[in-house]
Amino acid sequence: MTDNKNRDIRKGRSLEGINILEMAWVIAGPITGKYLVDNGANVVRVESTARPDLLRVSEPYKDNRPGINRSAMFTYYNANKRSMALNIKHPRAKEIINRMVKWADIITENFAPGKMEEFGLGYEELKKIRPDIIMMRLSIQGQTGPHSGHPGYGVVAAGLAGITGLTGWPDRIPSTPVAGYTDLILPRLAVAMVLAALDYRRRTGKGQCIDAAQFEGTQQFLIPSILDYTVNGITAERQGNRCPYAAPHNAYQCSGEDRWCAISVFTDDEWQSLCRVMGDRDLAFRPEFATPLARKQNEEELDRIVNNWTVHQEAEQVAEKLQNAGVPAGVVQNARDLLNDPQLNRVMWRLEHPEIGSVNEMGQAFVMSKPGGDPCTAAPCLGEHTEYVCRNLLGMSDEEFIDLFSAGVFE
Amino acid sequence: MTQEKKKDLLLQNYRVLDLTDEKGLLCAKILADLGADVIKIEKPGGDDCRRFGPFFHGETHPEKSLFWLAYNLNKRGITLDIKCSEGKRLFNKLVENADFVIESFDPGYMSRLGLGYKDLSSINRRLIMTSITPFGQDGPRRDWKGSDIVFMATGGFMALVGDDDRPPVRISVDQASLHGCAEAVVASLIALHDRHQSGEGQYIDVSIQASVVTTTLSAIPFWDMGEVILKRSGPYRAGLREGSKTVPQQWACKDGFVSYAIWGGQAGVKTNTALVEWMDSYGMATELLLDMDWAAYDLKTAEDSLMNAIEEDIARFFMSRTKEELYQGALERRIQLYPIYTIEDIVKNPHLKARNFWEKLEHPELDAQITYPGAFAKSSEVDLNIYRRAPLIGEHNHEIYVGELGLRDDELNILRQAGII
Repeated sequence: MTDNKNRDIRKGRSLEGINILEMAWVIAGPITGKYLVDNGANVVRVESTARPDLLRVSEPYKDNRPGINRSAMFTYYNANKRSMALNIKHPRAKEIINRMVKWADIITENFAPGKMEEFGLGYEELKKIRPDIIMMRLSIQGQTGPHSGHPGYGVVAAGLAGITGLTGWPDRIPSTPVAGYTDLILPRLAVAMVLAALDYRRRTGKGQCIDAAQFEGTQQFLIPSILDYTVNGITAERQGNRCPYAAPHNAYQCSGEDRWCAISVFTDDEWQSLCRVMGDRDLAFRPEFATPLARKQNEEELDRIVNNWTVHQEAEQVAEKLQNAGVPAGVVQNARDLLNDPQLNRVMWRLEHPEIGSVNEMGQAFVMSKPGGDPCTAAPCLGEHTEYVCRNLLGMSDEEFIDLFSAGVFE
Repeated sequence: MTQEKKKDLLLQNYRVLDLTDEKGLLCAKILADLGADVIKIEKPGGDDCRRFGPFFHGETHPEKSLFWLAYNLNKRGITLDIKCSEGKRLFNKLVENADFVIESFDPGYMSRLGLGYKDLSSINRRLIMTSITPFGQDGPRRDWKGSDIVFMATGGFMALVGDDDRPPVRISVDQASLHGCAEAVVASLIALHDRHQSGEGQYIDVSIQASVVTTTLSAIPFWDMGEVILKRSGPYRAGLREGSKTVPQQWACKDGFVSYAIWGGQAGVKTNTALVEWMDSYGMATELLLDMDWAAYDLKTAEDSLMNAIEEDIARFFMSRTKEELYQGALERRIQLYPIYTIEDIVKNPHLKARNFWEKLEHPELDAQITYPGAFAKSSEVDLNIYRRAPLIGEHNHEIYVGELGLRDDELNILRQAGII
């Protein structure tokens, strides 16, 4: 372990001094920790070699060679964190966990409901060790209720929560809205809860236990549709790229392999601008497209006309021309496009990882005027900071550490 | 609303001025849900978002927009023309006692009005100001126009979603700016925490396009490690097998759809075995399925013909049952199968009912009671429930201008007639 690795990257950051014990894995839990660690909190992941984080054993690996520290999926979400290896089932694990809990302001976890209780780490137990602890629990369906223990990941939660059914074409099986869409909704709400809970603790001295479910949290992204049902009895349906109040409104094919440009026209002004850019004066005067209603009614034909115009041009050019004329348009960007997008410089962070080399990690969609989120150190190797955590954060003596080490607790 | 604010809330000592349109309403709503005192400031006559559907009983009326009701819960509302000098003066007075200003005007608009972060922080240096815009405050495309489909395209989501023989698709209900709002809440509360140490607020610039990038999951790691571009693959999972068959994720059943992934290796042993046993109890498990060694089934090397055969057998079983029958069986047998719910299914779901998720609010003006989705999280200490329906146009003008800013009634009338309030 070099000193450089453990240099205090958190100095002067907004969340400096907040200690977080991350007993979380896969996506939703670690992303919650990511927002906090990137802004200066101290996040220690407790990991096990016997049952590693699924992302550590998920593609894509560096050079296609599997390895516990070689998954770019894992490094994408875990930069700046420290990793402590701990066999939680070891008889002496409890003494270490107890000290970690005393150290921590916040514990995040997203195991299947009941798992933490199995480990003897339910909220009531944690409270005995540290009365003002904030426990942030993320799950698919929450800690209580008849279906709470049903196993699953974010990809199925998106189906349960209504997102998948609203994605794709009405005449086909719904499309996967990226594997784990709701895994990305819940962490922001969890971070909001944790930060608000810290504020509450500052005022009242009280900790709390927070139960956030993907099923429930995701409804924040569907409230108008829910009300349309509870008030009007109307159930929203997937409709490809159609929008009830805009046409044209679709992704249009462009030249090259699988290149597309999204175009949306909401107003008559935007329609006139589109016709001008298309260089089609007649189109602008055709009565079947003259009003928003008319355009909606003749949407299929409109899609064909626009597509005939885009299909021989580069997607970037179509977007540029339309935006210059005030029509909302944009390239359907793939990963390569995102990394080259000058507008996205600030969300792409590149770091050096000891086993993977140069790798991107998920950045932040916001820029703060004070020094806030910045890339510092790449995601930790499993157990990389076990010794550091024991000595520097928990204040263990050499003897103590070596004793526990030889007992095989840190595995 | 007659319901009173609950005693103890998380952010109860903070005030938020909400100047947003549809791009930012959810941000201020979440702060309100957490207990902050959020004042939605509309232009005189009412906000443009009141024209957004769906509408109460389909009646297009500014007080009947369900979109408005949805994303302004728990807020108070006033009207104010912040473009005129008297309006600016009143706004500045509000800023003196505010903790947050959330806005979603075009980049630079607030500064041009003399209400940019520099101006406002000179009135109140503790102020946190958060701007939510399509592409951010800087950069070559800061002035580009956005719409949900444009954000979902440029943010990288659509390239990963949809059938491969048709155009990439977005989610059929607008999502992008809601991601922007969620990021904005996070950043605003980080700034609040910072303020406890520094005593000073700060300015936050949120890009909706960038917020959508967070939804692309493994797309960037795959490009990073091998210049692999993940392709959209309809109901199948992208990324597991480049250039050949992948794993189906969504399936048709008798009355709709369900989610089920046939995992290979250890990850799939328990759930696949349980599924086959269940199928067998109905005599629907084929020899092939009964003989499968799931631990040895490797998705990366399996022949397409084998994957197809497994898929066909399972598809036949799913088609013979409804999504609720399948879900019930899955719950009993701990099979990782879930229904693909419609909005109607969600509202009727017994689990959410058992968790008291739904909340009914009285709307005396509409002579109706409306059922809303409840809190996004539960806390052992505080209530996160809805305590106030969305404000009517100018509903709290008197309460705030007269009650809090100390205007006289006749002054309020003059401002009203001048179209400032």
